[in-house]
Amino acid sequence: MTKEPIITVTLDMELVERAKKGDMDAFETLANRYEQRVYSLALRMLRQEQDAEDVTQQTFLSAMQNLGGFRGEASFSTWLLRIASHAALKVIRKRKGLDTVSLEEATEEADSYGTIPHPEYIADWRQSPEELVRKNETQRLLEDALGKLDEKHRLVFLLRDVEGLSVKETAEALGLSEANTKVRLLRARLQLRELLTRTLGDPERRVMRAHN
Amino acid sequence: MKCQEMLAMLNEYVDGTIDPAICDEFEQHMAGCNPCQVVVDTIRKTITLYREGRPHPLPVECHQRLHAALRQRWKETHSTGAKPAAS
Repeated sequence: MTKEPIITVTLDMELVERAKKGDMDAFETLANRYEQRVYSLALRMLRQEQDAEDVTQQTFLSAMQNLGGFRGEASFSTWLLRIASHAALKVIRKRKGLDTVSLEEATEEADSYGTIPHPEYIADWRQSPEELVRKNETQRLLEDALGKLDEKHRLVFLLRDVEGLSVKETAEALGLSEANTKVRLLRARLQLRELLTRTLGDPERRVMRAHN
Repeated sequence: MKCQEMLAMLNEYVDGTIDPAICDEFEQHMAGCNPCQVVVDTIRKTITLYREGRPHPLPVECHQRLHAALRQRWKETHSTGAKPAAS
């Protein structure tokens, strides 16, 4: 049996340090590493390819501009996704004709568990995620469901559950309290569960809410 | 455990990061409540689907435009050499 070659991956922070010293290739490597994720986040937030491309460009240009001030308190990817999130929210607010004066203020609205809708359609799914993921129509279903979420909740879900940021990192990226982040995350998860289950759930195994 | 309290802990329970002390109460409820079991299970499946789903590929032209823009901006902000004399 041949031995696996040892592949060394240059750590993000090392690339950042090189880029700060003027190494453009290092910055391009970082861009190559994260452009897919930034674009995917932007597209899922904005649901329009040109806007997603614009936000992707803005994100990396901004990162390039502000690299000097990045000292690695957060991971590079978290920092980048923070920039992308703000850029995407800015587009959304612009679409709604709102001022962009205070993004933090605008997004930090108090929320509570008390007003979260309880699950209505409760049924096990007919197929496993592994089976579903292979189908084209599943992707369509996922995107449609995401599109129905309020963007505040959608963004938390994308950062936390899709991008894998911790609740703390997600909160920091969006300038929210952890408590607020958790409520939004729960709203997103429950709403997506509800929407998906209406299509994927087995009606013959539907159970009714046992309690309020 | 009241429903509201459970909702507040649902994220952690789904993620498997719930405080063990609270976990027992949760588990007790779950053992006797099939709807809640199904809800937790389908939340987990929902997250898995999104996590495992194919991300949107960055179109090749987008990638090219992005890198062209980055190189352009880099040159603009990093040029240190004397500018060539105007012809």
